[in-house]
Amino acid sequence: MNTLYPTHHRWRKSKNALVQVVTCCCALVVIVPLALIFYHVLKSGIGAVNWDFFTKLPKPVGEAGGGMANAIVGTLELLGLAALFGVPAGVLGGMFLSEAGSPRLNWWIRFVADVLNGVPSIIWGMVVYALVVVPMKGFSTLAGGMVLGMMMTPLIMRTTEEVLRLVPNGYREAAVALGIVQWRAALQIVARTALKGIITGILLALARVAGETAPLLFTAFGNRFWNHNLADPIAALPLQIFNYAISPYEDWHRQAWAGALVLLLLVAIVNVTVRVLTRDRFSHS
Amino acid sequence: MALSVFVLILVIGYELAHGSQLAFRKFGWRFLTSLEWDPVAEQFGALPFIFGTLVSSAIALVIAVPLSVATAVYLVEIAPPWVRQTLTIFIELLAAVPSVILGLWGIFVMVPWLREHLFPWLLGVFGFLPLFQGPIYGVSLLAGGMIIAIMILPIITSVSREILRSVPDLQREAAYALGATRWEVTRIAVLSYAKKGLLGAVILGLGRALGETMAVTMVIGNRPEIAASLFAPAYTMASVVANEFTEATTDLYLSGLFEIGLVLLGVTVLVNALAQLLLKAFSGPLTTRP
Repeated sequence: MNTLYPTHHRWRKSKNALVQVVTCCCALVVIVPLALIFYHVLKSGIGAVNWDFFTKLPKPVGEAGGGMANAIVGTLELLGLAALFGVPAGVLGGMFLSEAGSPRLNWWIRFVADVLNGVPSIIWGMVVYALVVVPMKGFSTLAGGMVLGMMMTPLIMRTTEEVLRLVPNGYREAAVALGIVQWRAALQIVARTALKGIITGILLALARVAGETAPLLFTAFGNRFWNHNLADPIAALPLQIFNYAISPYEDWHRQAWAGALVLLLLVAIVNVTVRVLTRDRFSHS
Repeated sequence: MALSVFVLILVIGYELAHGSQLAFRKFGWRFLTSLEWDPVAEQFGALPFIFGTLVSSAIALVIAVPLSVATAVYLVEIAPPWVRQTLTIFIELLAAVPSVILGLWGIFVMVPWLREHLFPWLLGVFGFLPLFQGPIYGVSLLAGGMIIAIMILPIITSVSREILRSVPDLQREAAYALGATRWEVTRIAVLSYAKKGLLGAVILGLGRALGETMAVTMVIGNRPEIAASLFAPAYTMASVVANEFTEATTDLYLSGLFEIGLVLLGVTVLVNALAQLLLKAFSGPLTTRP
């Protein structure tokens, strides 16, 4: 071949090299936005992050200083509530998918869960508005926690199922052979073996909803003060960032960057830690 | 508990349909084709938003699809293992960046850059096309599309990567045995084999693009008009809901927003269902990680 058609061969080789270079460049272009976002958030945020930021309430317009303490705590409270709603439903649903049910039913459950994962977050917000906010006659922490919990459910369901399936079948058979009923085998043998993976899935789901803004706009609504009452609106970090970002005040923009830095670091640390820790065991399925 | 997914989807559909009844009774199907969005006169038509959503998503796909499929090819077929692992973590990190932070970056970094550098340049080079004419504000349909592109890059990349990885090695070995170069192997044995799955990945990305809310709201300009120019501000279905929902003073206004939500839900559910069917047909159960 080489000796017969040297030019053709060279052409094929160079085309091959070209494609390698082009795809490599594409891969680099894909991570450019990531690098830029981290760079700018760090650069603009680092100056505004100080002790006050974590301990003080927002100041009224015109007064410099103040912080986002209530929003940080609010986000954590909302995540706690969300976990309360989303984790049991998600984990138990995932166990059902992996351990019980019929292939046909489970196909449908998986299909609907995957479609739900693609429902825009703003729509979840509208639904919970109609479901909780309207009957309760006001925006509330409860509604905010519920909407995040609902969004987490199908996510956790799928990750839980995925890790449970990695547990070798021998474990289940051994348990059943020892006379344990199926649900106890599922809970005590299979789920315990996969516990690390299940927690990973929950953490990733929490990290994902922690940054959600759209569904909170008309459920948790935001608040400039402390609130620990389930029936009242509550502040959240993403909401605060959004409100400050679209405001015309220079000082609020600085605070928005600071908030973004805190939120971004939170989400990034959870993601990287979890993925590095579990890369060997759970990345391949 | 697993059945809760059926409850959830039914509740979502019911609540949106219920909420939009008033607007549907008043405007009927005209709602979808009317250009007028005037809360004061109580005239509601969704066409500008449908236009904005479709065009911004199309721009996003045009930018994101070649980049992410090429990246997936690089990751699976070409990159050495350490590069693959590092890049994969970076891409998953990009997927994890909250929408509102991307929007913040969009407002204060990307939009000014577009306004001062890219748009004037586009105007100079392609100014003869109606697509690139008119006043430059920075916030625009094109800016919205670019932000969405950044958001859907990681998902299309990671799903495509999974797809390419699940192509059997026998396919590749057979092509190598015939003396193909690496690119020829990729083209003949891998890409054509994975066609359907890759289409699924792209459509999944489209589903995400249609529903993107916060980042788009912050950079698209929020003006309910249909203009030929990509430099003009526009509005999307998701962002009109985000902006106006809490300000909707009348029942009809609120109901109009619910109907927009219903349309958006219908479109995204269809698109996602199609994507899942394609992906499932290609390689059994395939999940997208959060």
